[in-house]
Amino acid sequence: MLEAQHITHQIGRKTLLDDVSLAVRPGELVAVVGANGAGKSTLLKTFSRELTPTQGQVVLDNKPINRFSALELARQRAVLAQQNPLAFEFTVYELVMMGRYPHFEGHPRPEDMAIVDFALVRTGITHLTGRAVPTLSGGEQQRVHLAKVLAQLMTLDEIQQPHALIQQPKYLLLDEPTTGLDLYYQHSLLDVASELTRRNYGVVAILHDLNLVMQYADNVLLLKEGRALAFGKPISVLTTEAIFSAFHLSVQIIHQPELDYPLIVHHRQTVPASSAPHL
Amino acid sequence: MQTDLQPTLTATPARTASPTGPSRSRGWWLNGTLVVVLLMVMVWSVGIGAVSIPIPDVLAILLKQIGWEIGTVEAQHETVLTVIRLPRILLGVLVGGVLGISGAAIQGLFRNPLADPSLIGISSGASVMAVLMIVLQLKVFQQLSSLSGLYALSLAAFAGAVATTLLVYSLARRDGRTVVSTMLLVGIAINVLCEALRGLVMYLADDAQLRAISFWSLGSLGGASWEILQVATPFLLIPILLMPRLSKPMNAFALGESQAGHLGVDVSKLKRNVVILATMGVGVAVAVAGVIGFIGLVIPHVIRLIAGANHRTVLPGSALFGAIVLTLSDLVTRTVVAPAELPLGIITGMIGAPTFLFMLLRGAGNRG
Repeated sequence: MLEAQHITHQIGRKTLLDDVSLAVRPGELVAVVGANGAGKSTLLKTFSRELTPTQGQVVLDNKPINRFSALELARQRAVLAQQNPLAFEFTVYELVMMGRYPHFEGHPRPEDMAIVDFALVRTGITHLTGRAVPTLSGGEQQRVHLAKVLAQLMTLDEIQQPHALIQQPKYLLLDEPTTGLDLYYQHSLLDVASELTRRNYGVVAILHDLNLVMQYADNVLLLKEGRALAFGKPISVLTTEAIFSAFHLSVQIIHQPELDYPLIVHHRQTVPASSAPHL
Repeated sequence: MQTDLQPTLTATPARTASPTGPSRSRGWWLNGTLVVVLLMVMVWSVGIGAVSIPIPDVLAILLKQIGWEIGTVEAQHETVLTVIRLPRILLGVLVGGVLGISGAAIQGLFRNPLADPSLIGISSGASVMAVLMIVLQLKVFQQLSSLSGLYALSLAAFAGAVATTLLVYSLARRDGRTVVSTMLLVGIAINVLCEALRGLVMYLADDAQLRAISFWSLGSLGGASWEILQVATPFLLIPILLMPRLSKPMNAFALGESQAGHLGVDVSKLKRNVVILATMGVGVAVAVAGVIGFIGLVIPHVIRLIAGANHRTVLPGSALFGAIVLTLSDLVTRTVVAPAELPLGIITGMIGAPTFLFMLLRGAGNRG
């Protein structure tokens, strides 16, 4: 289990997170939602150890993550960042191979190359293998980075035995992973994430599209101004009232008999001008 | 395009690339070629100069040194080759190699293809101390050509490089982390300060000293001797041999510090190692050969254009190509106005600046 315990983070006098706890169990996809500046990215950075919180700690399988070495951590959790700057013109293949760096010394083994090939196929970028990453579109680059995190976490056994559960729990942290992806790839990315949870991976994803949350998340944490507003099943957390409170947005929740999840639709007429945030 | 997405994670991957990856084979090919070219350039240029020695004689003399005599060799040729030319060529190879590889490593560290070891004050720190030595004429330092003088000058330049790098590095530290962009800005400030100090010292210098300073500050391999080589070789060779071992973490570093950290790279250790090795290499190179511009900037660029960005190729390739270019530049400096000599920096600058501008204008630099 990857667990953030009572995280408070302050920069100067500003409190970015105020006593937020979140646990991710193997086999579940937890979404984090909230308005801009609600503390979503700060929480994810705490999970990835990029940021040490003012108070509280993150525990991975009963051991605080700051007691792991960078390499140990890299073998158990991967991060798909929101921004992916790249200083030099690496090829797609070289970049995806970087996902294997925590696993080999010196030269890549045949195993590493097989896993990279698999990740390229799974994310649908085999035709881009030899291209320089900076020459690709934003969405294509995002898929290259998804292939990189897949390569970082997966093993040869997992590729060969697609239905077996993984022995050691592993975690994937996604920071607005659907940014820049077209509709098709937004869903295929979350399909990849759900498939990983069926293999017993734990996934934390910051998402903006509440309908994607309804459809894919097992649990959702709703953040507002650095505080946890609600946590639980999407259908019970994402109510009209909660969404209005967190986003200042009136929505209607529509239940369709042919879908097993409701649709959230923005309801324009009823936005009271007085409560809308001033831009 | 969308049909190639597999429905599940069960797909057996098709072989999508050559088993070693697309650019690795290109890297091996390039570096293999560079090794051969370097050896050819060394043998060829060692025979050229005021006394011309044909290549068969060069080979015969070289083989004689390792105890294998084939035919007779002229005694004069042998002396010129072993006493004057050989140490000079070897020093050129080592200095060119260390400047090339340090340039590549510093560019990797700053994640900017336009960075250069002089940017963080390594070269300017070394040159301030050297200029100070020349003008103050300390007791051990009677004249440039004397051995003790050269040792003292080298040591001072090296100390200057270490001092400025440490200063830049510590000023750029915040909460135990080195901020690379701050390091760059601090480096610029330190460079300005060093330049001012150098100007002040030069203002106090007499004509003879000025001449020594200007020759030294444009670089020259004229001081090469077996003794100098003996002192400098370990310091020049260690960065060349150890830096390629950092290529994996340096590749990950191109993704930014936090992502490199997510991939298990000990980021602060990497930064420390690169700075130590580059200071050692460039500091000693400046100490024995003066300030030689543009090698560290342009060479890694050219290698990246040919073989891609992977540091596994770029680091050794920059060392080899730097060695080739410096050996050839030195050949030009000691032959065009023979028996006099041009400073090296003039040649490297004349080749380097247009190359650099060309690369800038064709857009290679603006993705940094």
